[in-house]
Amino acid sequence: MKIYDGGKILVGLIIFIALFASPFYLNMGKAVAKPELKFDTPEIQQMEKETGKKQCVEPKEFMRAEHMQILNNWRDEVIRSGNRDEIVILGHKYDKSLQNGCMKCHSNKKDFCDKCHNYMAVQPYCWRCHIAPKEKQS
Amino acid sequence: MRILFSFFAVIALALIAYAGVKIANLQFLFGVVIPYIAIAIFILGFIYRVLKWGSSPVPFRIPTTCGQQESLSWIKQNKIENPSSASGVVIRMALEVLLFRSLFRNLKTQLKEGKLVYGEAKWLWLAGLAFHWSFLIIFVRHFRFFLQNTPSFIKTIEGLDSFLQVGVPLLYMTDIVLLGAVTYLFLRRVFIPQVNYISLAADYFPLFLILGIASSGVVMRYFYKVHIVGVKELAMGLVTLSPVIPQGVGVMFYIHLFLICTLLAYFPLSKLMHMGGVFLSPTRNMANNSRRARHINPWNYPVHIHTYEEYENDFREKMKKAGIPVEKE
Repeated sequence: MKIYDGGKILVGLIIFIALFASPFYLNMGKAVAKPELKFDTPEIQQMEKETGKKQCVEPKEFMRAEHMQILNNWRDEVIRSGNRDEIVILGHKYDKSLQNGCMKCHSNKKDFCDKCHNYMAVQPYCWRCHIAPKEKQS
Repeated sequence: MRILFSFFAVIALALIAYAGVKIANLQFLFGVVIPYIAIAIFILGFIYRVLKWGSSPVPFRIPTTCGQQESLSWIKQNKIENPSSASGVVIRMALEVLLFRSLFRNLKTQLKEGKLVYGEAKWLWLAGLAFHWSFLIIFVRHFRFFLQNTPSFIKTIEGLDSFLQVGVPLLYMTDIVLLGAVTYLFLRRVFIPQVNYISLAADYFPLFLILGIASSGVVMRYFYKVHIVGVKELAMGLVTLSPVIPQGVGVMFYIHLFLICTLLAYFPLSKLMHMGGVFLSPTRNMANNSRRARHINPWNYPVHIHTYEEYENDFREKMKKAGIPVEKE
């Protein structure tokens, strides 16, 4: 089978396949580690000691999928409606706040927030206004 | 009928994925085996189709042009619409591939008060352009699932796409544009009688398939969320050839993936091959130099030429008798 203008067609095909299949060779030799979150901050350990379990405002699966929605709703309630009521679950009080609520327990931003966000290349805009908790460089 | 057939074909595909994962627990089949098969069919089929086109000889330049061809020095040539050089062809092809130049010339033909009139018809061009560019941006954006360290240009594209910062997760503009454009492309096939008449199941099926892929993606991102870290684990497993099936990803993802696999496998068998075909359009990718360069028909077979010398050898005696001058005595 003779290919007319074979050179040009070949170059086009190679460029196309090189782009399409790039993940197959760009990831070669790179360790693929899935993110492991840490739930061992002093605040969480304290909570486990007092109540016997680690407990967030919603179950783990829900938080994993909807945490951004919760934060958005809290923002609307606090900033736009002035509703700062604490959330009480099983006698434990949670501030309706990113810095004073979420980050109080999850004070390990690098081992918590950033783990998945970096893995998924998500760039949430929380920290453009909020101040991230101080933590050791590790 | 053609519409319903295509519609229910896509619904059936989604149900197959749903049943396969939810009831039969065939995560490995739908998450690993079928994607690999689909990618193989796509790449090999694509190469086959392009090489098959390449094997057709294009013996002559086909100057279907929209501008003045190269001529006398005092006649101004339209170097892009009627190029005579390779660089002109490159510009013409770029306009064709990136901006759909030919479709921009689309006309509407109507009978008005007994007269045939032509009018502008840019909606198809606009919707087509919006659809293709959105699809490309969405495709490129998805590389964040397939690359361990997402390159910054992909993050930039994503940032621009979610620039309006509507809701969380941030709304992508391309999601809306794509859904709108595909819906328009479908509705025009339904409501424009001439287009409806020539539309086949092979026209409706890709539209519904893409609509299904986009909708499942939108549902999965904004409403019925899946375990997104698990999705990336699965995708990374595929591209590093060490497949894994993470737990609890969510069935919507498998529906999305199965519809994409269908699209990939269907691609080389269908009209979607215009993706490769546009580069091989003979009326667009050849310079109009028919007067300057000689183009030899590749299927010319050797013709025996009866030269004058041979003619004279055959008839020399008769020519002499008749008094006709001969070159050799």
